[in-house]
Amino acid sequence: MTDQRASNSLGHRFYVVAFSTILIKECNRFLRIWLQTILPPGISMGLYFVIFGQLIGPRIGQMGGFSYMQYVAPGIIMMAVITNAYGNVVSSFFGAKFQRHIEEMLVAPVPNVIILAGYVCGGICRGVCVAALVTLVASFFTNIAVHSYSVTFAVVLLTSALFSLAGFINAIFARKFDDISIIPTFVLTPLTYLGGVFYSIDLLPALWRHVSLLNPILYMVNAFRYGFLGVSDIPLDQAFMVIGGFVLLLTAWSLYLLERGVGLRS
Amino acid sequence: MDNTHPALVLAGLRKVYRNGVIALRGIDLTVDAGDFFALLGPNGAGKSTTIGIISSLVRKTGGQVQIFGVDIDHDFSLAKSFIGLVPQELNFSQFETVLEILLNQAGYYGIPRRVALVRAEKYLRQLALWERRDEISRNLSGGMKRRLMIARALVHEPRLLILDEPTAGVDIEIRRSMWEFLDRLNRDGTTIILTTHYLEEAEQLCRNIAIIDGGQIVENSPMRELLATLNRETFVLDCAAPLPAVPLLGDFASVRIDDQCLEVELDRGRNLNEVFAQLSGQGITVTSMRNKSNRLEELFLRLVQENTDHD
Repeated sequence: MTDQRASNSLGHRFYVVAFSTILIKECNRFLRIWLQTILPPGISMGLYFVIFGQLIGPRIGQMGGFSYMQYVAPGIIMMAVITNAYGNVVSSFFGAKFQRHIEEMLVAPVPNVIILAGYVCGGICRGVCVAALVTLVASFFTNIAVHSYSVTFAVVLLTSALFSLAGFINAIFARKFDDISIIPTFVLTPLTYLGGVFYSIDLLPALWRHVSLLNPILYMVNAFRYGFLGVSDIPLDQAFMVIGGFVLLLTAWSLYLLERGVGLRS
Repeated sequence: MDNTHPALVLAGLRKVYRNGVIALRGIDLTVDAGDFFALLGPNGAGKSTTIGIISSLVRKTGGQVQIFGVDIDHDFSLAKSFIGLVPQELNFSQFETVLEILLNQAGYYGIPRRVALVRAEKYLRQLALWERRDEISRNLSGGMKRRLMIARALVHEPRLLILDEPTAGVDIEIRRSMWEFLDRLNRDGTTIILTTHYLEEAEQLCRNIAIIDGGQIVENSPMRELLATLNRETFVLDCAAPLPAVPLLGDFASVRIDDQCLEVELDRGRNLNEVFAQLSGQGITVTSMRNKSNRLEELFLRLVQENTDHD
């Protein structure tokens, strides 16, 4: 009994309509509550710029050949992207499970891959919106110049997708609201802070530099920094391989969980 | 409409939950296209599990399910496109408007927005919710929420509508109007499967019935035939004056309920005039009379009791 084995009897137009319905619903959801979803990262990241950029930054001096404010700006934007893409999908999908209106989708002939794509693209949209807002805020504090638009956009999209997928998996396993805050608090936040947002790993002792390489967020932050500044602690191809690899891995895992009906079907 | 296949065929349907609970023990059931079918059973009998399997919310352990000839193991997406489900629990987003809920549901069935808007208006009007279309769903009354779930299940115009306790907690006036609506829908060609604890509802609406208990079908027959098997009826008689004692009514069993009320049990087909003659002979005047209980209720209780004794 599997949706994946379903034939194409419903036609491609069906899939387009079903996907766009989920995507529009997801976007409407976070736009309707923009005071909770879009504005807060603009304010909190603005505080990072004030504290680390304006107050502490001048005392630190240059890093990687740039002012400290310029150096940390990409990492701070990426931090907002990561937490918002993750938070969007985990809260939306778990909320749908909690209120049981996920059943609207499960009883309909929507294939699992469309459900996943709809939620992940919703997370990407929020990630991109927040990235745009935080970049705008950053531009009030420092000169934002983009070294490579293609790398910058690719990293934002891939990172948003990756953390949307991670949020989706968290929501599948979650049984209560506590379960959707544990991973962001105890895993995501430490990894982000230790992911080279505020420093170059070249400043770390050799042991910790090698340990840092195990942190996937380091690759995203550095690839994004390359997109803005043209400098990175990690080779760009290596960073894209790690990010892409995680996206593929989490996509496969999400589809497997949906297929098995984990947390969704008895 | 294609009536060459039954609307639903269940063959040897089994479900064992992970905790070892056997919910279904091999159910065989056929619901013809165009039928209004009652699936009854006590709490925990297996009704919701059966509906869950048909609608894909529960994974079957064994057996076959065909919906209009489409085996769910071969093409569940196509099979699901035939079904509209009104679940027992409210399961729509509490933060969306009535119209959004219908348009989203239509979208999940691949219905373009332009068509979905027309259908949403049609069903919201029929269920007296059109004026509330921009209302956030959590602000609706209980009866409106129930009607919203029916409108949502119909927006993709399913050939098989499954209603799991659709009128639970709804006042009698709304319940009656929902019955009329469902009856009209069925006459227009939609096959309906209904589970309910209001047995009067099933008796009034359904042509065929299956009673499930302990994960197996204990009765499956046309409603008329089933009701015809009832061989005893109980009547409640209100008398004009207080009764001094239980009147002796020959071979009719009688019980005094209170000073002016009497309960009389008799075989089906026996002439009620015999009862009245005996009461008149004892100077007792009857001012009103009613059937004590719903006939289907009696049958239901009897069948479930028999099944329990069997176990």
